[in-house]
Amino acid sequence: MLDQLQALQSQALASLDSVQNRADLVVWDSQYIGKKGQLTQLLRNMGALSKEERPVFGKMANEVKAVLETAYGERDRLISEQELAQDLESGAVDITLPGRPNPTGGLHPSTRTLRRFYDIWGDMGFQVYQSRDIETDDMNFSQLNIPPHHPARDMQDTFYTTTPNVILRTHTSAGQIHAMRALGGAGSLPVRAILPGMCYRFEQITVRSEVQFHQLEGIAIGKNIRMSDLKGTITEFIRRFFSPTAKTRFRASYFPFTEPSMEIDVECFLCGGEGCRVCKHTGWLEIAGSGMIHPTVLRNGGYDPKVWSGFAFGMGPERMTLLKHGISDIRYFWANDLRFLEQF
Amino acid sequence: MLVPMSWLKEFVDIDIPAEALAEKLTVAGLEVGKIVYIGVPQTQVDGIRQPTSNHLVWDRERLVLAGICEIKPHPNADRLVIAMVDYGGEELEPCVTGAPNLFEYRGKGELNPPLWTAFAHEGAEVWDGHSDEPKRMILKGKDLRGVFNKSMVCSEKELGIAEDHDGVILMHSQPRALDGTPFLAGAPLADVLGDILLEVELTPNLARCFSVLGVAREVAALLDKPLRQPNYDFLAEGEPIAGQINIEIRNSDLNPRFVLGLLKNITIRPSPEWMQRRLKLVGQRPINNIVDVTNYMTFEIGQPLHAFDYDKLVARAGGKTPTIITRLPHDGETLLTLDGQNRALEAHNILVCDTESVLSLGGIMGGGDTEISDSTTNVLLEGANWNFINIRRSMQSQKIFTEAATRYSRGVHPSQAILGVSRGIELMRASGGGTVAKGLVDNYPNPSKPVAITLYISEVRRWLGMDFNTETAADMLLRLGFAVMIKGETLEVIAPDHRMDISDDPTIGQADLIEEIARIYGYDAIPLTIMDDAMPPQWVNVTFEREERLRDVLVDLGLRENISYRFTTPEIESGLVPSGASGNAPHDPARYVTMLNPISPEKTVFRQSLLPNMLQTVLANRRYQTRQMVYEIGSIYQTTSAELPDELRRLGVIITGARDVGSWLGQVDGDFGFFDIKGIVEGIAHGLHLPDVRYEPNHGDTAHVSLHPGRSAVLYSGKTRIGAFGELHPLVARAFDLGGSPVLVIDFDLDALLAVSRFDFNVNPLPITPPVFEDLALVVRDDMPSASVEAVIRKAGGNLLKGVTLFDVYRGESIPTGHKSLAYSLVYQTDEKTLTDKEILSVRKKIIGAVEHQLGAKLRA
Repeated sequence: MLDQLQALQSQALASLDSVQNRADLVVWDSQYIGKKGQLTQLLRNMGALSKEERPVFGKMANEVKAVLETAYGERDRLISEQELAQDLESGAVDITLPGRPNPTGGLHPSTRTLRRFYDIWGDMGFQVYQSRDIETDDMNFSQLNIPPHHPARDMQDTFYTTTPNVILRTHTSAGQIHAMRALGGAGSLPVRAILPGMCYRFEQITVRSEVQFHQLEGIAIGKNIRMSDLKGTITEFIRRFFSPTAKTRFRASYFPFTEPSMEIDVECFLCGGEGCRVCKHTGWLEIAGSGMIHPTVLRNGGYDPKVWSGFAFGMGPERMTLLKHGISDIRYFWANDLRFLEQF
Repeated sequence: MLVPMSWLKEFVDIDIPAEALAEKLTVAGLEVGKIVYIGVPQTQVDGIRQPTSNHLVWDRERLVLAGICEIKPHPNADRLVIAMVDYGGEELEPCVTGAPNLFEYRGKGELNPPLWTAFAHEGAEVWDGHSDEPKRMILKGKDLRGVFNKSMVCSEKELGIAEDHDGVILMHSQPRALDGTPFLAGAPLADVLGDILLEVELTPNLARCFSVLGVAREVAALLDKPLRQPNYDFLAEGEPIAGQINIEIRNSDLNPRFVLGLLKNITIRPSPEWMQRRLKLVGQRPINNIVDVTNYMTFEIGQPLHAFDYDKLVARAGGKTPTIITRLPHDGETLLTLDGQNRALEAHNILVCDTESVLSLGGIMGGGDTEISDSTTNVLLEGANWNFINIRRSMQSQKIFTEAATRYSRGVHPSQAILGVSRGIELMRASGGGTVAKGLVDNYPNPSKPVAITLYISEVRRWLGMDFNTETAADMLLRLGFAVMIKGETLEVIAPDHRMDISDDPTIGQADLIEEIARIYGYDAIPLTIMDDAMPPQWVNVTFEREERLRDVLVDLGLRENISYRFTTPEIESGLVPSGASGNAPHDPARYVTMLNPISPEKTVFRQSLLPNMLQTVLANRRYQTRQMVYEIGSIYQTTSAELPDELRRLGVIITGARDVGSWLGQVDGDFGFFDIKGIVEGIAHGLHLPDVRYEPNHGDTAHVSLHPGRSAVLYSGKTRIGAFGELHPLVARAFDLGGSPVLVIDFDLDALLAVSRFDFNVNPLPITPPVFEDLALVVRDDMPSASVEAVIRKAGGNLLKGVTLFDVYRGESIPTGHKSLAYSLVYQTDEKTLTDKEILSVRKKIIGAVEHQLGAKLRA
């Protein structure tokens, strides 16, 4: 029996020498030291030995087992090293193959731009006030100092509905009076609000003009709101939305509901002001209309213009998005072609 | 409006380049949209960018003023002549030309005075007059039918002045500089005809600038230069006008003023060269010395004039003194206007009439009966004033947009009428001779009072946010022609007549003046400040924030946002109702908000459902996409008994096509189905933390008819019905051409959804004891809803049962017909301790007992 143990050890070690991979090692393991291995078989036969032979055999068997297990461990480590080396050397994939696609959702580009507006204006204390799409002629025009048949009505082509005096708002300014009345405490509280929303103009749909578009109106009313605040606040917005070094130009203009009125231009960021197709070679992009709220409008909103003053501005997220991303066709916005939307 | 620099300089000295002036005007609110160059070079001004103009710059050496002294016949060609040209050189230069307007002078011998024209030396660059496309050429000498020719007399087209190539430029008198000095032959053409036109875009408040003089006033103020007024004196040596014509104004609100002058024995002839040139520059075709003056005054001072043939009026009055009557029309009156149209007059059209009938549409267009003709000798010149709102209405309803009407429709001050007639009649007399009757007939029943405003300097400071002193503020207003008196801290201001935009309301008038001060001082000079006013109370816009949160949830679920047109048609929306279906249509045909002026046949009403436009978009996208997942949030509109319609917000979701994005790695087979859309609904319910979520069958009176009745459901949160979702009804899919892969939709009431969504939910602690998992397969009747089984399991499981997840539904072998097997994965867990086998067994028994007893379920063998 002892001879058999000796022989087993020699045979096993010799056999282990030729084991070169994991699969053979597993086979070797089960063949020699596993539960059904030869060593276990010999130990099971120990009952046939005499009482005196048993301890000797047992001791030796344990020694053999220890030798074989050590050898196994070393071989196992060797094979692991070889496997690792081989994997590192030849286990490369073709990294140019495409990854597994993860379909993603996304916001509409107008919503993205509006959210940037909300964030920036929100930080300056302007909160969102939502107003109606369908308005009375009075709210959209007359309350904003644009009486019937006034030439200023020519500035905006209007959709009328079959209900007399009910129109689609032509600008988010239509919500100004609502906001003042809702938030102003009958002319007793300051207000800072932004009014986002869809506006509608009776214009042919072309590459440059649409029948519906978003605007974001902003108003700030207080006892000491000055035109210099309007300039400063809008400039802060431009610095954050475009760039901290963006140059601005303030140009006198006309809106019936503000006075003084001004257009705000930002230096064309596409050409750096050198002049290009987008800025029509002027170096300037018109980005917002604004002004000090007209005394008549303040009155209509419940404020005494001798005590209160305020500014208002309006900007178009689609126009900003067009400019920012070099989009050539405004009709992309409502067509919802996924090939367009997925680029954002 | 086009404003020639040469004309502007008649009223104000301009010592900066046109480009710099254009920038100043633009910043001051008179936007110069374009600068048009005639012959002179563009100037680069530091800090001002402008598009490069591709106009022809006239060579000062080679393009010069010249006189044609004789037209000789061409020896070999009938259709050519030889012009003998004095270009200021030693000898006359022969120019071969085919210009048709020279043939009348052929063989007439020496022309004295010469015909003044534009002359091009050899080597000059001009536009090719014979090319249809704009093409430049360098003039080269060549033989023209046996006569060598190396120079040219030029047409307007060749110089780039206009498209006219009917003949060479001929000036009827020797051109003069602004100061009256005549230009001599050889003078650079750029000095004579060169010009720069500013195309000024006028906002509606700038009615006062609708003339060269009006723009000149702004220029004078901006450059701080004096304004030279035109001369309004006229030489009157004839019989007094009184008694030769009467005026009767019947509605002085609509016709505040009417002025007439009379000029007898005028000779009709072409207008002087300078006037013709200016009219052409602003786009008017010269006609004769009477009509041209009426146009000239319209463009020069902004006062339209109208000329009548006086003798025709006398004839109509039967030889008696004619009476001009301004009034509204009688029923059925018509007028043949100068454009040849016989017009039915509307009740609001203010008219100029005589005792006989209608003469002209007041302020808009004259009639044919009394117009100036070649045989006119006596001219009655009208300068009137009209209510601008009334003119605007008539102009739009009669669709006549004349230069006169567009000016009157924006507002002209009554004081201008008398100035226009005075200056106009003198210009006519100066060119056509004749005798002007002494005096004018002036009917001005209610003269307008000047607007006086008290301006507090403190208000200027308050509105602008800068420290203005009274002198500076006064100076800005003085420059604009306001009369100003400083009294301590206030300015007593009187607005000039042409400033009709200044309100007589003390508060508004002040704001008007503050704007003028800021505008002339320059907006750039106003500092940038941050509001130091009290911060208003901040508030939470709950619905807005929830809506934005929902957008995030939807995007997280893989949906892409759509924003569609809100316009549609009732026909398109009717596709949402399958024929023969019962239930609730998403729209009510009687409640559309309908456009009175639809922009196109497919945009006649506002939508009552988000789905139709979204479905149309899905169809369009199918051309390029095998898989679509989109949502839209927006309003739908329904009329009510109130004036304004309801604006109700909706959430729409559509998914269709392949469930998985295919790739070389393989693809999960199959198209989106009911359980995909339900998964999205569950995602929304989870993302918004909807309490007590239930799904009910989409049956009964309130069922959404656009959905497949068997593969759709209604989401409830508590008692709130959020809306329906599921597979689009096959007939609806067919109506929208969406056959093939099923289209799954959500049509939710957004207001209801957001109202029940929760943001103050509690977060459960994470258990520290190990969970025990166990599977339970039950055989139940086929029509047993899974939710009922789950509910019984949960109730029986009590506190120890933490999770129930259905993981398999099986029908077939080993399951009795009419039955199915539902396999659930159960999770047992407590927060306090590890469960023992015995405890679990007891719960399990309870669950099995409950399902067997309550549902007749059997444990699957």
